[in-house]
Amino acid sequence: MNELALAIPWLGKRNPAAARWVVVALAVGAPLIAMLFGKSWVRILDFAMLYVMLAIGLNLVVGFAGLLDLGYIAFYAVGAYTFAFLASPHFELHLPFWLVLPLGAAFAALAGIILGLPTLRLRGDYLAIVTLGFGEIVRIFMNNLNHPINITNGPQGINMIDPLVLFGWDISKPLKVGDEITINSLFLYYYVFLACVVLSVILVQRLQVSRVGRAWAAIRDDELAAKAIGINTRNMKLLAFSLGATFGGVAGGLFAAFQGFVSPESFSLMESIAVLTMIVFGGMGNLAGVIVGALALTALPEVLRHVAVPLQQAVFGQVLLDPEVLRMLLLSLAMIFMMLLRPAGLIPAYSRYSRPELVVGKEAGR
Amino acid sequence: METLLQQTVNGLVVGSVYALIALGYTMVYGILGLINFAHGDVLMVGALVALEAIRLLQIYAPELGMVPTLLAGLSVSVVVCMILGYTIERTAYRRLRNAPRLAPLITAIGVSFLLQTLAMIIWGRNYHSFPQLVSTEPLEPIAGLFITPVQITILAVSATLMVALVLLVNKTRLGRAMRATAENHKVASLMGVDTNKIIAVTFIIGSALAAVAGVMFSSNYGTAHYAMGFLPGLKAFTAAVLGGIGNLGGAMLGGLVLGLVESIGAGYIEDLSFGFLNSSYQDIFAFVILGIVLIFRPTGLLGERVADRA
Repeated sequence: MNELALAIPWLGKRNPAAARWVVVALAVGAPLIAMLFGKSWVRILDFAMLYVMLAIGLNLVVGFAGLLDLGYIAFYAVGAYTFAFLASPHFELHLPFWLVLPLGAAFAALAGIILGLPTLRLRGDYLAIVTLGFGEIVRIFMNNLNHPINITNGPQGINMIDPLVLFGWDISKPLKVGDEITINSLFLYYYVFLACVVLSVILVQRLQVSRVGRAWAAIRDDELAAKAIGINTRNMKLLAFSLGATFGGVAGGLFAAFQGFVSPESFSLMESIAVLTMIVFGGMGNLAGVIVGALALTALPEVLRHVAVPLQQAVFGQVLLDPEVLRMLLLSLAMIFMMLLRPAGLIPAYSRYSRPELVVGKEAGR
Repeated sequence: METLLQQTVNGLVVGSVYALIALGYTMVYGILGLINFAHGDVLMVGALVALEAIRLLQIYAPELGMVPTLLAGLSVSVVVCMILGYTIERTAYRRLRNAPRLAPLITAIGVSFLLQTLAMIIWGRNYHSFPQLVSTEPLEPIAGLFITPVQITILAVSATLMVALVLLVNKTRLGRAMRATAENHKVASLMGVDTNKIIAVTFIIGSALAAVAGVMFSSNYGTAHYAMGFLPGLKAFTAAVLGGIGNLGGAMLGGLVLGLVESIGAGYIEDLSFGFLNSSYQDIFAFVILGIVLIFRPTGLLGERVADRA
């Protein structure tokens, strides 16, 4: 929060208190501003919040503990499919949200441990490949487990998933305040997701400065040395994996409820890479950076969709690059050039828990 | 029994392609300690460039025979891939040689996706049918086995290339410089080895092998596609790890073993799992093998290096 406020250009350094209020106001008012441009932008904001959660979770694994995970989207998938199995007509189960979401998170955490256990001894780059393979295995199973017993319904995915129902209040229906004002469900989802994000940020921030967070930083910077000073590296890495996966699982459950529909297509390798790019772009290991990165890279393709397509039509008379291609192009270029030119990201991690070799300038006080 | 033999033959063919790709991974890893994620996509570029060159040749020089056309297409794609490999090393990896270990890896992923996207822009999202210049019609069955000319060609070409590479690395001055660089950059450069040049050469050789592998892969399956490099790349990496990464012989052995396991496994998975799994799970074998190898023998079959070098 403070870091996010400090990151606001000009105002952040001069008047941190005001900057903090700006952040709060932006977070609360964002959907209202987005509404000015149309309903679809509110929807994009909702997705942006989910991506922020994913990025926070992946940052825990990659940025804090230094374990490069390329199959992170698998945990998102586990959360989403758990929700889809337990709260949809597919198995005729309609368990309440309060039960399904934690279950999804628990399964995702379990998946994290299952992935973590065999890969603990591996170096960073081996780990990347194994996690990538894990993500692919999960996707292959999602795609093919419709035969001979139909579990995942294959590439068609699962439809008509129950919406979020909090305390008997279905937030997929517009809320009526008084007689005239109705609040669109997209807004309601936004505030629910925002609450989840705020909760995650607080949790992760506490974690980062805790004993566990320091242990992760030590493992990331030098695993051998960490072991030598008595850190149980095995447990700490497992913890990082399972906690990171938990965030993915929760985000996945929310995604399933929000979208009402899940299919393997949403959980491709490209998504894992996209989340990773968000972290790299924003600033690995730094919460504020990660949030900014996630927001920027979710919004950017949508902005492009609205700007680049008419622009191309005006200049070339036709659409040469469709927005999806542009998104991939930008993500890959962002990854390459961020590493080459600004390896610490947009908002570098300045704290004493950051990577020493990436810290530029003097240590900034918290 | 005949199924088993037939699957063995198919496995050897696919395996030798994996082996060629794996050599590229293992050479780069041996020298830089970097997993060149973009290697599979260099293969894709090789296949698509060859496809394009062959198409053009068929239009503008139709009198050329099948084999010269294929050879010309292959040469064009090898040259393009060599340039591509050099460019990637020069622009994306060289500056990061002393960066923290995650940085070059992330760049490599970026390069991989960049190549895929560019290929998608140039060649579109569709599958292209690859011209069948070497016949894929099976010859007369030998002992009940169906072998196609393209399979024989693949086996012959990859065997030749592997022998050539081993000779290059073990017998020539360049090979000695490569081995020295792999052993220790600093000392090698003190001994007068231009390590930058050696690393560039390694990338160029690896990319050339990938181009050949790409053309063979596409000839075997008859298609080419902008994302075709991903799976073979991943599997070849598995093969390299299986054999012991950084070890040339290991990469070849690993490729063959992986090809065999995959193709025999795909033939029997349905019976083994009582009809629960079918051959659409074929791609899982590589990952399962990778997992098992890394848990029980992280150094691979022939490797000596320890996986968790700090």
